[in-house]
Amino acid sequence: MATKPKAVAKRKASATSSAKSSVKSRAKAAPKRVAKAKVSRANDDIGEDTRLALWRSLLEIRHVEQRAYDLFLQNLVKGTSHLALGQEAVAAGFATAMQKDDWSFCTYRGHHHTLARGASMEGVLGELMGRECGLLKGKGGSMHLTSVEHGAMGSYAIIGAHLPIAMGAAWTAQYKKTGQVSVCFFGDGTTNIGAFHEALNMSAVWKLPVVFVCENNLYMEYTPIKDVTAVHNPAGDRAASYGLPKIVIDGNDADEVYRTAQTAFAKARAGEGPSLIECLTYRHSGHSRADPGDYRPPGELEAWLKKDPVPRYRERLAEFGIAQDVIDGMDAEVLAQVDEATEISKASPPPGLDLIDVDVWADGGTAWRN
Amino acid sequence: MAELTYREAVAEAIAQEMRRDEDVVFLGEDIGAAGGVFKATVGLFKEFGPERVRDTPISEQAILGAAMGSAMTGLKPIAEIMFSDFLAVCWDIVANEIAKARYMTGGQMSMPLVIRTANGGGSRFGAQHSQSVENWAMMIPGLKVVAPSSPADVKGLLAAAIRDPDPVMFFEQKSLYPIKGFVPDGELVDELGTAKVLRDGGDVTIVALAAMVPRAMKAAEELSAQHGIEATVVDVRSLVPLDTQTILREISKTGRLVTVEENPRLCGWGAEIASIVADEIFWDLDGPIIRITTPHIPLPAADALEDATMPSAERIVREIVENID
Ligand SMILES: Cc1ncc(C[n+]2csc(CCOP(=O)(O)OP(=O)(O)O)c2C)c(N)n1
Ligand SMILES: [Mg+2]
Repeated sequence: MATKPKAVAKRKASATSSAKSSVKSRAKAAPKRVAKAKVSRANDDIGEDTRLALWRSLLEIRHVEQRAYDLFLQNLVKGTSHLALGQEAVAAGFATAMQKDDWSFCTYRGHHHTLARGASMEGVLGELMGRECGLLKGKGGSMHLTSVEHGAMGSYAIIGAHLPIAMGAAWTAQYKKTGQVSVCFFGDGTTNIGAFHEALNMSAVWKLPVVFVCENNLYMEYTPIKDVTAVHNPAGDRAASYGLPKIVIDGNDADEVYRTAQTAFAKARAGEGPSLIECLTYRHSGHSRADPGDYRPPGELEAWLKKDPVPRYRERLAEFGIAQDVIDGMDAEVLAQVDEATEISKASPPPGLDLIDVDVWADGGTAWRN
Repeated sequence: MAELTYREAVAEAIAQEMRRDEDVVFLGEDIGAAGGVFKATVGLFKEFGPERVRDTPISEQAILGAAMGSAMTGLKPIAEIMFSDFLAVCWDIVANEIAKARYMTGGQMSMPLVIRTANGGGSRFGAQHSQSVENWAMMIPGLKVVAPSSPADVKGLLAAAIRDPDPVMFFEQKSLYPIKGFVPDGELVDELGTAKVLRDGGDVTIVALAAMVPRAMKAAEELSAQHGIEATVVDVRSLVPLDTQTILREISKTGRLVTVEENPRLCGWGAEIASIVADEIFWDLDGPIIRITTPHIPLPAADALEDATMPSAERIVREIVENID
């Protein structure tokens, strides 16, 4: 079922929310029912509990990313940051399908993936703000969010590096026969660097339990991916080179992402090797904090806001008969959590200077001589 | 005590550690069934099988990425990069990823891995297969850097590197692979970060590494026999951690320091030692520090040219005789 390049077109019908509601989805949440075939809860392969888990994950990412942007405008987020507004469904879908002990690897655009694995909001926001409560105690910053205890094995800021690294984690799972899966998220631009091809080939040859997930948001930084790539689907059209099926899905549909993830994970756990999945999506903000995104053709953002994964999922939940107060209640609850995490982060002191001289080596120190 | 070659000591160390610890795995190009292009890993594939001794495609980033990803999730991989020159194609994984992961994540990650590689000149391979690049690694915080000069040190230090919980860059000098030396029987595990005093003399301290060690020893014998100059020879063995206590002590004893480095001139490890000496024991010196290095050029291939550029025993003798009375 995962091999559906046409999936985007098919799903378009269910995207009806306006651009406004995507940004302030909490304020006004009265989506119209979509005129389409009645969905039956009896036939629902995903189920209410999982749907609500997906919803919570989508909301957590959306609200934390919006908060990160606000804090940036207040000059409280230092350095750079790369928001994943608009790309929430990829993270929510995959993370919800993962088991707790699976491993995930992502890029500098990785707030969403780190949160989706269960890292705390204050851990994420605090790290962006350079505070002691940050996941990395302020030593990594926005581009390196990591929470090993949640299986979030790092955010990597050099394009391509983490594909072979994720492959290495899959090697551990294979060698120790643990049944774990390693999941690696990266952008469309990353498919043009050598490490992508090295990792895909070797993972396929070694039949490793690794799932490579390309978030195709149409741009590598400021350049349209189509201008720099020899094939139409930067990941999908490369799959055949490594003996893998072409899988291109609607990355803004959390259910579709979730189902695709489940299939790929089952394949990996069965010892049948890697998958390469291209998720079509779009980032609502610029590439990084300072980028207004002026290179986008007029109307493009607006068109994608109509496919915003968050309001779309709000409707989906209603279609499946989930009560409006449950849907809205979770939204309010998550926003309150983000408020609380913001306060915790603001109150957290800057990291102690003693941290400078720890953790180069396993003994906790930094000594290079006796 | 058995007499082993430097290359046999490599395989012995790996086998010793793989027998002891199931988590030790080994990967690289042509290392398994073929036994390595330098035949330094012969027998491992047969003893440990294709799951623990894994041949890879020509994908250096994938090799080191696999090492890193498996190390952070519980294995203790040894990765081979066939020639150290090839580290340049996967330097991102070494310098940006492996070296920084623990610090950058606030101590969340461990990186117990070894990168072994054939380093250095003397084999007439030309500038892309002969570089001595241990100083590239030395300047990156987060990497331990080891370069043995004898079969016994290969075995003991490689075993120690495999057991070490931090990433270790293990530079094997390729022209030393055929040399023989006695290696103690039974389990051998040395200590990283320890220099060794190989010869005691009161006039000058020669500090050398890897292939420059046998040349320094030869020079010391010559200096003694022909010129009445007695040299102490220190084998640095480990650039990070650096055993400054031993090195400084041995320099203070003679008051004269000569470093012998295979690297091109600029930023060789000897410059760092010279700087530490100038900072900390300047008043113990009786004369200028002498650095003997390869000139700052890409290494030429022809035997006549290569021999004239890499520091030789004759050149060490000449420089010392000319500069030290
Ligand atoms: C090796 C390397 N080259 C260039 C960069 C600079 N850079 C950072 S992000 C980026 C674009 C990546 O695009 P894509 O893979 O599509 O990811 P996205 O930002 O869209 O999530 C570039 C070129 C880098 N970080 N690493
Ligand atoms: Mg992109």
